[in-house]
Amino acid sequence: MIHLTIDGIPVQVEEGTTILQAARQIGVEIPTLCYLEDVLPDGSCRLCVVEVTNKGRTKFDTACTLRCSEGDEVQTMSEKVVTYRKDTLDLLLSDHRIHCFSCESNGNCKLQDYCFEYGVEKTSYPGEMKDMPVDDSNKFFTYDPSLCILCHRCVNTCKEIVGRGAIDTMNRGFESVIGAHYKNRWDQGICESCGNCVQACPTGALSMKRRKKYRPWQVEKKVLTTCPHCGTGCQFYLVVKDGKIVDTEAYDGAPNKGLLCVKGRSGSFDFVNSPDRLKYPLIKNKETGEFERATWDEALDLVASKFMEIKKQYGPESLAGFACSRSPNEDIYMVQKMVRTCFGTNSTDNCARVCHSASVAGLAMTLGSGAMTNPIEDITRNPDLIFLIGSNPEEAHPVIGMQIRQAVNRGCKLIVADPRDIGLSKRADIHLKLKPGTNVAFANGIMHVIIEEGLQDEQFIKERTEGYEKIREIVKEYTPERVAEICHIDPDDLRRAAIMYAKAEKAPIIYCLGVTEHSTGTEGVMSMSNMALLVGKLGRSGCGVNPLRGQNNVQGACDMGATPTDFPGYQKIAAPGVVEKFEKAWGVPLSHEVGTHATDIFPKAIKGEVKGLYIYGEDPVVTDPDTAHVIKALENLDFFVIQELFMTETAKYADVILPGMSYAEKEGTFTNTERRVQRVRKAVTVEGDMRLDTDIIIDLMNRMGYPQPHLTSAQIMDEIASVTPSFAGISHARLDSEEVGGRGLQWPCISKDHPGTPILHVGKFTRGLGWFYPAEYVPSAELPDDDYPIILMTGRILYHYTTRAMTGRTPELMEIEGKSFIEMNVEDAKKLGIADGDRVKVSSRRGVIESTARVGTKTSPGESWMPFHFPDGNANWLTNAALDKYARIPEYKVCAIKIEKL
Amino acid sequence: MLDQSYYAKADEIIDQYGGEPSALIPIMQAIQGEYRYLPGELLTYVAGKIGVTEAKACSVATFYENFSFDPKGKYVIKVCDGTACHVRKSMPVLEALYEKLGLSKEKKTTDDMMFTVETVSCLGACGLAPTLMVNEEVHPRMTPEKARELIDQLRGGAGA
Repeated sequence: MIHLTIDGIPVQVEEGTTILQAARQIGVEIPTLCYLEDVLPDGSCRLCVVEVTNKGRTKFDTACTLRCSEGDEVQTMSEKVVTYRKDTLDLLLSDHRIHCFSCESNGNCKLQDYCFEYGVEKTSYPGEMKDMPVDDSNKFFTYDPSLCILCHRCVNTCKEIVGRGAIDTMNRGFESVIGAHYKNRWDQGICESCGNCVQACPTGALSMKRRKKYRPWQVEKKVLTTCPHCGTGCQFYLVVKDGKIVDTEAYDGAPNKGLLCVKGRSGSFDFVNSPDRLKYPLIKNKETGEFERATWDEALDLVASKFMEIKKQYGPESLAGFACSRSPNEDIYMVQKMVRTCFGTNSTDNCARVCHSASVAGLAMTLGSGAMTNPIEDITRNPDLIFLIGSNPEEAHPVIGMQIRQAVNRGCKLIVADPRDIGLSKRADIHLKLKPGTNVAFANGIMHVIIEEGLQDEQFIKERTEGYEKIREIVKEYTPERVAEICHIDPDDLRRAAIMYAKAEKAPIIYCLGVTEHSTGTEGVMSMSNMALLVGKLGRSGCGVNPLRGQNNVQGACDMGATPTDFPGYQKIAAPGVVEKFEKAWGVPLSHEVGTHATDIFPKAIKGEVKGLYIYGEDPVVTDPDTAHVIKALENLDFFVIQELFMTETAKYADVILPGMSYAEKEGTFTNTERRVQRVRKAVTVEGDMRLDTDIIIDLMNRMGYPQPHLTSAQIMDEIASVTPSFAGISHARLDSEEVGGRGLQWPCISKDHPGTPILHVGKFTRGLGWFYPAEYVPSAELPDDDYPIILMTGRILYHYTTRAMTGRTPELMEIEGKSFIEMNVEDAKKLGIADGDRVKVSSRRGVIESTARVGTKTSPGESWMPFHFPDGNANWLTNAALDKYARIPEYKVCAIKIEKL
Repeated sequence: MLDQSYYAKADEIIDQYGGEPSALIPIMQAIQGEYRYLPGELLTYVAGKIGVTEAKACSVATFYENFSFDPKGKYVIKVCDGTACHVRKSMPVLEALYEKLGLSKEKKTTDDMMFTVETVSCLGACGLAPTLMVNEEVHPRMTPEKARELIDQLRGGAGA
């Protein structure tokens, strides 16, 4: 330890501590402009200068770079230090245009604050100033060189924290500016518009364009809430002025560490006040086919009576209700409660059915709990190697992607198994560009090599697992050469990857829909846990099997029992006593039969077995495979009700539309991908006749004869806690408490004093022993042939979320990416006479669409990829509704298509 | 969009220097040696190939005066304006060249792509001041008159 004094206060610090860190330890403030925590100091602004006396010698140095020495006597505000700082500010102002009145950052500028504090009004070094044009090419923010003090906080944020490296210092000396590209345009480089650089800028040099619309002192309130897009669960403030959301501000939450992506920062509030919002209930006039405005009483009476009529005539199994995995837990809980108590069926589901149901089912079978085993921080800060399979987090979970990039920058090894050249594959030590639909063979090949090399964890296998003998026999057949042929990879790469993964002390498997969305998705998931079980990488820090969940609350939707097999908290209908428990809690008899999965509802509707459907906030016409088949099913229903924010493609087929509220208008909780339950808070009220979604459900329940008292969101969470052991310790009051400190609680959280569970399966698996599932490779349901020779995969892009119901209402996002495209390989394109940018006709056995070709080598020959966001050519007209036998998840990732030039 | 041959040439140069990030500067020099300037598209291409971010590559390229994103003339004339040359009247030499060629500090290359005139801080030939270089050749003890003659000579003695 090193001993020193700062302004006379004695301090004891670890060797290597800087003066600035030591001062902060004891609460002494030293001004900084360029300093960025967690990153090597830049030392460029010179403002943190202090006076240090040691052994009779005195020097001035920057506190951010100077390490503490034994016996240092540090003065942070001596007369000389203050003079020095004044001169530094004076010099900074000599090349900083002062037009504070009209500057967006007025009142929110560190340079302004320090000049005020140190009494520097204007520069005493007048002369030539930087005179370069403002770069406003980025859709969301501007860069004004005349305000830039070259502190490099933006550059260091982008490079070290965001891990992108999209910007750097251009030119030299007086001409220096921050830039992204040789054309001097920010939008020409690789910038993802996340805006974390803007947040880091201490002046107005980088400024969000929307800041022109409000001044900091006009802000009425800032409401801390959870991002409504992906499952990362980023925390941010909604900034409210005059009752409207005008901006967002990142919060240093557990999952996001002060970072946001472009959707979170810039695409999470325009939709709230969109003129497209549904403002009052609508009933379809059977004769004209047009929707007509109705009162809430008319709409709710009609819905309740129609469902009860159908139930009476055709029985409870003719009804079904889906919950919205973008809505809070409390809403979802009420939807499944309504379906179970009023409809009298377990046919309730959520859109996890089409994304990660295979993870929920698969990991529950092999480990006992179908969720991410380790926290985001743990699998990005602690590992020696990350094994990323079928996941493109830079686009689908951007803030997790940023943390993975940080890990790689720090020296963590990366193995990517993905059919496409995704961004992270370029940074990977090994990229296994495997053929879509061959995950089971791939995992078996990895295990073959591990066993061949004797790298399996015998003790772990013996003490904590079962089924090893059988899987060992199976994987014997999966030699690297055979697997290489199935997967179209190099056998030596497979060997290297297996050895690297097995030998790494800490190595998480992180996977996503590339593993689940197959007709063998559940087996693919179980193959992931097989690999981790084999090398004992479960139940400890920096390891685990980690599915990145899709929607903001799709984890919660599964947790809340919006599934046909489970009550809340994965209490199985089939398990003894569970139905009885809920019958007692809810006071009515309940169905003992497992319900129908969402993906089986549509075929049943076509057959006439399902007559009435209630959908809360889903848009299956856009998101589900084989669109024509979904539409046919919806048209065949006797009665179809949707609870929505917008007139979606699916809503057009409804008989009644009930307008609900967005995440910004209500209280509740979302559960992110790492099982972290976090608060959603009301920020604004939007004009209109919309109602709280829980109130809509509760009113319907009462009309259908179930006496459900009106409860607040907090009261509903209390009810959830009372019937769900893994949520027993969770309440809104506790989530808001100082104890939790804005970090949420990770289930299982079994009592009011339980701290939550960051890492699952420590010491013992939830199911007791971990089970090696004996998985054999089975090819995809639809393989390419002469008629349809190319494999199509589908997925998401950075700038939009799924149906675009929300992100599509931020015009700038639509300007960046607003149209359908298909990525195809250059060799295929040559054969078909297609050039980059050509319009193409894409067809499968189920449908035909038009799109624009993006020709390159991102996909392998014989393979193609499309996003499903865009209505001008939605991939789901083509996709195959072949279902997995366990989870009933559809095969979005493989179908056979042909591409023709238009 | 550059012609495909540029990318093929870049590949050849990258191979020659090894595709490591540390080879950025020699690769850029070789490309500039080939084309007398550094086509921006190629910089982006090289950065991607050797694992340097595009912004970093641009940062390096713009730091050094020697790299140019603008195509240069057949004859690149570097007028030395180091201390020794400056005091021995290098500026009138530069002015004479500007006047003769219709160039300026902003417009450095003639429209016929024959001449580029730029200043450098020191050519390391102070004993010969004021000096200038035409491509790789040093011209000592320049005067405005000699500079004008030089241009005529380079144009093939036909006169301007």
